[in-house]
Amino acid sequence: MTEYAGLDIGSRSIKLVVRRGGAVASSRRLPTTFDPLGQLEKLFAHGVPERLAVTGYGRELARERYPQARALTEIKAHALGAGSLFPQAATLLDIGGQDTKAVALLPGGKVGRFEMNDRCAAGTGKFLEYTATVFGLSVADFGRLALTGNDAPLISSMCTVFAETEATTLMARGVSPANIALGLHRAVVARTMAMLGRVGLTAPLVFVGGVARNPCIVRLLADALGQEPLLPAEPDLTGALGAALWLETTAA
Amino acid sequence: MSDAAHTAMWERLDLDIEAHDALLAVLGKFYGDIYLAQEGRLKGAEYLDFVLSEVHGLRIKELQDAKAAGKKIVGTFCVFVPEELTLAAGAVQVGLCAGAKAGTELAETLVPRNTCDLIKSFIGFKLARICPYTESCDLIVGETTCDGKKKAYEAFGEHVPMHVMEVPQCKAPCDRTLFRAELVRYKEALEQLTGQTITAEALAEATKVVNAKRRALQRLAALRAAEPAPISGRDALLVNQISFYDDPVRFTAKINELCDEIEARITKGQGVAPAKTPRLLLAGCPMAVPNWKLPYLIESSGAVIVGEESCIGARNTRDCTDETPGNLDAMLDALCDRYMKIDCACFTPNTERLDNIAAMARDLKADGVIHYGLLFCQPYAHEAMKVGKAMDAAGIPYLSIETDYGMEDAGQLKTRVEAFVETLA
Ligand code: SF4
Ligand code: SF4
Repeated sequence: MTEYAGLDIGSRSIKLVVRRGGAVASSRRLPTTFDPLGQLEKLFAHGVPERLAVTGYGRELARERYPQARALTEIKAHALGAGSLFPQAATLLDIGGQDTKAVALLPGGKVGRFEMNDRCAAGTGKFLEYTATVFGLSVADFGRLALTGNDAPLISSMCTVFAETEATTLMARGVSPANIALGLHRAVVARTMAMLGRVGLTAPLVFVGGVARNPCIVRLLADALGQEPLLPAEPDLTGALGAALWLETTAA
Repeated sequence: MSDAAHTAMWERLDLDIEAHDALLAVLGKFYGDIYLAQEGRLKGAEYLDFVLSEVHGLRIKELQDAKAAGKKIVGTFCVFVPEELTLAAGAVQVGLCAGAKAGTELAETLVPRNTCDLIKSFIGFKLARICPYTESCDLIVGETTCDGKKKAYEAFGEHVPMHVMEVPQCKAPCDRTLFRAELVRYKEALEQLTGQTITAEALAEATKVVNAKRRALQRLAALRAAEPAPISGRDALLVNQISFYDDPVRFTAKINELCDEIEARITKGQGVAPAKTPRLLLAGCPMAVPNWKLPYLIESSGAVIVGEESCIGARNTRDCTDETPGNLDAMLDALCDRYMKIDCACFTPNTERLDNIAAMARDLKADGVIHYGLLFCQPYAHEAMKVGKAMDAAGIPYLSIETDYGMEDAGQLKTRVEAFVETLA
């Protein structure tokens, strides 16, 4: 049976989804590291898929190595992936390692208006990762800690560097780590909501990307939306899934 | 010209030879990647390649020769400076590029950090002594358009001989009166500089020259409505960029030749991009040499640019000056009329720009509009939003991009542009 492989090379991790016979046959993840090409070689140690679509910020790099591959942007890929999982979704939110994207979805997972954060990491996975290290925690533990907060201070700075300063100042003032963590998560969600507003936020919203695994962000987002966001079981794989789907539909 | 002759000329202009060599090396590499690597280019592009390869060589030599023969060189930054008057005074007008990041740290000693890169660039070029055009100028004309430039000219004026024209912010009758008076003041400044009186005959002659240049550029712009697109947006932008500093008569002849070639191409149904390639109109801030970043990103994302709604583009060439008046006063009125039509974002209101963009998109059969705003440019940042609303109303897909001369955001920009192009395909 024909196989369609979708590869998503993000700033933090490389994701591969292989579809066969109209269903997902397998998926894999690897950290991107500083040597993404080396990682790809590991991933494809047993052969490079014949039908391969690449997305993510490393797509050009991959296409240079595998000229048979076809490329699409992660915006389109996530939209297709999320749209196939949740055909009713009207807005897509993707918070990944270094980008946040808000996309208005048209029927069939097509892309309408979209917004992306500019070059700085404010409000992205990196922001949470960076602030988590201030507390000496992993991102997952940081999210869990934030969930236990109950009285969050207002963190006004979305700049990763200034937010750290703000956090340390608050710590020195005796604010509990749980509350500071909650404040930082709130700041991310506030920024995200503003971006969603610019694409004309329509419910229901599907939330994808690595940060969709952060329970505190999901809860705060649900509060802000007044509705639970739709969450794929594996929110970091929608890009790779969308790439594979795109190949499947355009090859047919 | 030999390399040694070039260097000797640059030394006479007191350039920082080492820094200047570095600039030329970057420019050459950039040009090779962005221009020479294009496929299916027009034969007439050889003129562009030649002019650009001699941008700091032969053209500067011509300027030096003109100076030796007693002519004056006038530098400008804005399409509000009437070239008709400059030429009528027997002077040469050159647009100063300001499209590269150079001397930024030096520039930031004169202007605040949150100033647009275009302003930082012209100041940086001067302070770092790397622009032979700036160094050749006998007079540099500024104008009170955006606050950034207006205030920057105060500091810049301490380093170069300047004349600042007041450009009004509105288009009421009293504003026309003001601009009309400013034209007279500029005319007098030129007469003082050159020692030559501007006569009606000279102004009529100069107006013909400048109009002929505009008509050649209008002709090129109109030909780009053809499908498939007969010339790349990059090459068309370069034509417009060169129009600011090459000799106007030679330029006009060369561009008309280029248009002849394009017409032949169109008859054969040939183009630079396959049929059905998404066609985009680029609107917004001016793109000076060598600011080719965004056009390059767009055209390497599977789209082709079919028009530039910018000062290095339609804003500079849309209108001609009426050639019928027979006396100097009436000619100055005609100039005033012509220049007060410019739809620069520094005006309030500036609704005609929205109509112009929609009309261009329609005439050029554009599938979408990308608005380019230079980071820290407030007038165009405001209008980016208005243009977005107007395009929504007109049903034209729209993407607004804000960036600067740096390359750090190239990957991110490419993703945004590609995603936009994907939605059009
Ligand atoms: S945008 Fe306005 S200020 Fe800038 S060059 Fe054009 S007309 Fe002049
Ligand atoms: S780009 Fe904007 S801020 Fe910069 S000089 Fe032009 S009008 Fe002024």
